[in-house]
Amino acid sequence: MVEALRSEARLFRDLPAEHEATLIPSLQQLQKEYGYLPPDELQRVAAELGIPHSRVHGVASFYSQFTDTPRGKHTVQVCLGTACHVGGGKGIRDALTQVLGIRPGETTPDGAITLEEVHCLGCCSLAPVIVVDGVAYGRNDRKKALHTLLECCDQESPGS
Amino acid sequence: MIRNHQDLERLREQGHKSLWPDRGKIVVGTASCGLAAGSRAVARKLDQAAREYELDQEVSGTGCLGFCSQEPLVEVRRADGLRVVYPQVDEARAEELAAGLAQGDLSPELAMCRWREASHPTTRYELAAEEIPLQQQIGFYRRQQRVVLRNCGLIDPGSVAEYVSCGGYSGLLATLSTDPENIVETVSRAGLRGRGGAGFPTGRKWGFTRQEPGTRKCVICNADEGDPGAYMDRSILEGDPHAVIEGMAIGAYAIGADEGYIYVRAEYPLAVQRIQEALDQAEELGLLGEGILGSDFSFRLQVKTGAGAFVCGEETALIASIEGRRGMPRPRPPFPAQSGLWGRPTNVNNVETWANVPPILSRGAEWFAETGTSGSSGTKVFSLVGKIKNSGLVEVPMGITIRELVYEVGGGTPDGGRCKAVQTGGPSGGCIPESLFDTPIDFDSLREVGAMMGSGGLVVLGESACMVDMARYFLKFTQGESCGQCPGCRLGTKRMLEILIRITEGRGQEEDLLLLEELATGVREASLCGLGRTAPNPVLTTLRYFKHEYETHVRDRRCPAGVCRALVVYHIDPERCLGCGACRAACPQGAISGEPKKPHTIDPQRCVRCGSCIEACLVEAVKPG
Repeated sequence: MVEALRSEARLFRDLPAEHEATLIPSLQQLQKEYGYLPPDELQRVAAELGIPHSRVHGVASFYSQFTDTPRGKHTVQVCLGTACHVGGGKGIRDALTQVLGIRPGETTPDGAITLEEVHCLGCCSLAPVIVVDGVAYGRNDRKKALHTLLECCDQESPGS
Repeated sequence: MIRNHQDLERLREQGHKSLWPDRGKIVVGTASCGLAAGSRAVARKLDQAAREYELDQEVSGTGCLGFCSQEPLVEVRRADGLRVVYPQVDEARAEELAAGLAQGDLSPELAMCRWREASHPTTRYELAAEEIPLQQQIGFYRRQQRVVLRNCGLIDPGSVAEYVSCGGYSGLLATLSTDPENIVETVSRAGLRGRGGAGFPTGRKWGFTRQEPGTRKCVICNADEGDPGAYMDRSILEGDPHAVIEGMAIGAYAIGADEGYIYVRAEYPLAVQRIQEALDQAEELGLLGEGILGSDFSFRLQVKTGAGAFVCGEETALIASIEGRRGMPRPRPPFPAQSGLWGRPTNVNNVETWANVPPILSRGAEWFAETGTSGSSGTKVFSLVGKIKNSGLVEVPMGITIRELVYEVGGGTPDGGRCKAVQTGGPSGGCIPESLFDTPIDFDSLREVGAMMGSGGLVVLGESACMVDMARYFLKFTQGESCGQCPGCRLGTKRMLEILIRITEGRGQEEDLLLLEELATGVREASLCGLGRTAPNPVLTTLRYFKHEYETHVRDRRCPAGVCRALVVYHIDPERCLGCGACRAACPQGAISGEPKKPHTIDPQRCVRCGSCIEACLVEAVKPG
């Protein structure tokens, strides 16, 4: 009986086609290339995979890595993992929010800096941690965080 | 290509030479934590200085030695097995170190410890090294037993030869000539339990997937380490990636799987890079792919990068994510063992669990089971962070008490102040008060006190932590990460968070505490997956052990720790204030006034309680109260 139930249960799972596994990597590639997910490209991905656009949008909006607005030239992420929370990460976020005049998740109007909150980068012993353009900096306070960000913005980013 | 024991032996010799070169070497910790502390610049400086001083030693990188609060860590290694570790090496110190080495001087005054008894105590090097304490003599390492982290901080993670020279892939070689059933039985006998949080017996889990009919089966490594405050999986992937690959290959052979996936979270770019490099090497050498090590066993392994969703740490959500869908958990049964990735029987274990497998196979189940307690064998890696002196990754035998971990290994709080609680298990775990610090750390004891092992995050909280704020912090996290499909979790966590915000903002009512408990029970019982079922734990444990803090917030509208901004008024102690003006300059609101060299005051109307003044004050005169 249990066996019969089990095979029934298996039948009831709606399984996607294997090639749909490329959806998330495609979106990651787009996000990397454009800094956001352009709507036309999403349409194209949907057509290529032969799945409804709604499914593509569903996936794109589920994961926090994907954004539908362009990112700034530089991205600063403030870690608010447990150790950083206890160690004062919130103060750094507030200072950056105030100085940049934007909320986490937003980009400055001139397109220079995007501010983000992240939960744990795994450098808890160096809390509070910030990441500027993919490079982590530990043992921050408000002053150090602002200076680090300024330095990174002054330097030409390696790609340009 | 490695086809047999002789080939592996040749690679081992090659690895030994690069691990212990005749001229010795200088090794810099270049895992994420080292890099965040500035080890990239230190390595560059050492490289430059080595050329300048014409040192014999080459400079290379390694994973994490565990003592993250002392990063950047640099090690000077000699062919005879002497390893001297130097803490907090900045560029100036790197220069000093290189200058010393040029004179044959190990600079013992800069060293933290040496890693092993020198075997030839006659040379000038060892004589100089005798002053340096042995690793087992310093508190941080004394109680540690490195099984999972055995190679982290020793080998170059980019070198498969160095991994092999430390016994790597010998477990896989032995496995391939054994009956798969016996491998499952060995892992069961070792008593290994899943290190991802739930503690399910690994051997049994493997057995379930093995028994299932079907020719195509999968193994998955869950490296979606989402618990804030835990980072051992990152460290293993960055420091010893081949251990995970070998563990998975052994598991795949035992289960009868022909493909595997390593699902790494997006926030760990270095881990993704290192595991991918290791995979490529393993494939090139025939340690993965078709006909592994000359056998007829084939196993393909791929890395998948997550896209930022905590809930993907739940196994069915993780599978959905690999399949290219929204990472939403589904009801079990069918369990992944019956119907997992694309309906195939699938076995999911986390990074630390897989990394435990090779030593079990190469050293035996009995050896493994000797360590730890009867119900929880082996060691567990914890990330000991927060208000703690020696913070970092520590690997200790299961059954050690919280007190031993916090005070003996961790050295207590940095300022010697009282430690109020530890938070274990991240958003699924709870806060354990100081009065219960004699609880042994194993899967079952932690569950009894209402917390859980989780993946091993252990955040130490001092007097400056507010327990209501901690509960609010975790609820905000789980509420934000809830996938939203079941109402218990979606709505329940939202309502609970609203109540906690109300309390921390001074608008709490007495009946809120009862309502919180009631909601917590509801969320626990009505949620589908582990995220929702355990989300109330931080609230329930703080209510249970720190009810007085909630009551002070509700009745007296006061936050004793001075954390909840709405309930705090900052003031400057006129006895302590030097009138230096540092706080006045730091205040973004212009709320602080005062004459130079006279005590300053804060205008409570303008103050936004951002804490800038506390950070700026040199004499700790600004206090929340």
